[in-house]
Amino acid sequence: MSDLNTFRQETRDWLEENCPPTMRKPAKGGEEMCWGGRNFKFASEEQKQWMERMGAKGWTAPDWPTEYGGGGLDKAEHKILKEELGRINARSPLDSFGIWMIGPALLKFGSEALKQQHLPPIIRGEIRWCQGYSEPGAGSDLAGLQSKGEDMGDHFIANGQKVWTSYGDKADWMFCLLRTDSEAKKQMGISLVLFDMETPGVTPKPIKLISGSSPFCETFLDDVRVEKDQVVGEVNQGWTIAKYLLTHEREMIGGMGMTDVGSQTLGQVAAKALGVEHGRMNNPLLRAEVAKWEIDGACFALTAERVTDEVKSGHGVGATSAMLKYYGTELNKRRFETLLKVNGSDAMVWEGEASNEGWLPRTWLRTKGNSIEGGTSEIQLNVIAKNILGLG
Amino acid sequence: MALVLNEEQQMLKESAQGFLAEFAPVSELRKQRDAGSETGYAGNLWGQMVDMGWAAILVPEAYGGLEFGHVGMGQIVEQTGRTLTASPLFATGVLGVTAINGAGSEEQKTELLGAIAGGEITTALAVDEKAHHAPAQVSMAATKQGQGYSLNGHKCFVADGGTADKLIVAARTSGEAGDMQGISLFIVDRAASGVEVERTAMTDGRNYANISFNNVEVADAALLGEEGKGFRALSATLDAGNVYLAAELLGIAQESFDRTLQYLKERKQFGVLIGSFQALQHRAADWWSQVELCKSIVLKALQAMDAADAKVPALASIAKAKLSEVAELATNEAIQMHAGIGMTDEYEIGFFIKRSRPAQTLFGDNSYHTDRFALLNGY
Repeated sequence: MSDLNTFRQETRDWLEENCPPTMRKPAKGGEEMCWGGRNFKFASEEQKQWMERMGAKGWTAPDWPTEYGGGGLDKAEHKILKEELGRINARSPLDSFGIWMIGPALLKFGSEALKQQHLPPIIRGEIRWCQGYSEPGAGSDLAGLQSKGEDMGDHFIANGQKVWTSYGDKADWMFCLLRTDSEAKKQMGISLVLFDMETPGVTPKPIKLISGSSPFCETFLDDVRVEKDQVVGEVNQGWTIAKYLLTHEREMIGGMGMTDVGSQTLGQVAAKALGVEHGRMNNPLLRAEVAKWEIDGACFALTAERVTDEVKSGHGVGATSAMLKYYGTELNKRRFETLLKVNGSDAMVWEGEASNEGWLPRTWLRTKGNSIEGGTSEIQLNVIAKNILGLG
Repeated sequence: MALVLNEEQQMLKESAQGFLAEFAPVSELRKQRDAGSETGYAGNLWGQMVDMGWAAILVPEAYGGLEFGHVGMGQIVEQTGRTLTASPLFATGVLGVTAINGAGSEEQKTELLGAIAGGEITTALAVDEKAHHAPAQVSMAATKQGQGYSLNGHKCFVADGGTADKLIVAARTSGEAGDMQGISLFIVDRAASGVEVERTAMTDGRNYANISFNNVEVADAALLGEEGKGFRALSATLDAGNVYLAAELLGIAQESFDRTLQYLKERKQFGVLIGSFQALQHRAADWWSQVELCKSIVLKALQAMDAADAKVPALASIAKAKLSEVAELATNEAIQMHAGIGMTDEYEIGFFIKRSRPAQTLFGDNSYHTDRFALLNGY
């Protein structure tokens, strides 16, 4: 038996023993996702077990080095783990901005001490992170941010206001962009710093969105002490890391255009809602709209696949995340507009059990943010025009 | 299968690029058009293509071909979209080979596929009888008569119909227009008695024909596949045709984009390059993104044909629908962004829109294939 076959068998056995039965089906919406952290309320004992067991094994971050508690798997092993998890329909043990965002940045840019301090608790799901990027006056023009970090020798004193902090009221630590040199050109005076949300002076306040939910906060910083050893990379060189993180975020958000609505395709949902006679969906204009969406959806999914394959085979252009983000989010918005028409007035019901507490209209409204967060569609088009097409 | 070209396919793409740029660039199309050419291409071009093995790419080795596959052939056809090269490659090397290989008897394959690979004969596929593609609507009659059939009816917009040696004709042996059952395929000599060919001058300057069949007598051996059961092979041939038209449209969309991007970086107005205007940058960036989507679906459809995947019909319709949409966008934007000079015959960008529309329309346009996709998915 080859090493990989052995690895597969061992993985399968381990999962069989350690993945609780209730974790072998997809999480239903946001409430069943596992975010971890100091104050996280687990939905069940099994959810907690699943996160802890996977975390202890390092498989919440399968390809991170073992010295920080990661799984240390190579590409082939990582693929096998994914396949074996898929085989038993296991849900993600931990959804985490630590794993998706700040972790990769620390691995690439962080000091040894920062890696030792922060990566293990991220992997074990003990610390939940949030992102302090945007400000009231710095949205698309992120580098125009004004929150200041005043140099006090061994620490900074931070003052300012962050906005669109995802789950800021639930997170334990923040990775945050501060202006640490107000004299320098705007991209040059920014530092990426880390601090505990329990530090005096940090006040997150939830923002209610048009969808009725509050996944984001505005976070006020009043004389917050930030230790110098919590700067990622060099002081005043945070913009490069910020851009690296934005690319990660784009890829994450761009992926959303590909997911199905539940287990059904848009065509199946529409056929059921509108009715089919003699093999044709009632309402030919909506039929065309649905078919056009499915055609574009298929082309987009194939493009994400092709881009991945090209990178793997060494032919990648590597600059396509802006395109995937732009097209994927626009596609997702279109899908929900079509779903609304397909479901008629049912789609407007905001409360009550029959509508699953207004899942459709609330999700539809939430999608409007897809083409704003992580850089608007217009910013993505700017990036494509400048970086890929060379238009000045 | 990974959505990337392998080394051999990449090499074929590059050699096609080089060959077409040298021997069949857009300026050649202008020359042929101005000379009122019957074929639409220079006399020795097809011979050169045959010598390079292009006619044999889809022909199985057992019948003297190269059996190099659809992904490889797709790269060549994509490049012909960039240079707007007319040739028998599509009607013969793709449609003829697919139909005969899919439905033909051992004798027919041995005789005809070998002759195609060797460049001895060219073919054309005669399906539609009206201006809108509707393969089940065949009403041309094939009546059993002794040891053969008598063909009566009319076909229109037959690509390469004016010059092909053999016509592959869809005719009805039973049922009525609209029935998939009862359609049979026949191989008919263009020179046979009763075949009347009328050349139709079209927007793209290519060779199309309206063809009348008046008591054309063919032997039983001319039947391609089983009597009355030709629709399946016809459908598979049209799927292949649409995937290759999509590949050609991909070449058209990319070349018109590349030329326009270049123009945005050269043309100055108000003292600056017009490519510095955000109104144009965003349109160019969206156009580029759309072309990226097109590359993926064309490659996927070609790979699916090589794998004889059951999803080929749906993928063919996705490819043709999407590429028709994007090629339309591309050729319209190309003219608008070139502005005045884009309207002149002297400048080459206008040739792309004039080939794009007939290629979009042939074998079903965006609306046809969007509708077919819905139908294939049960709605």
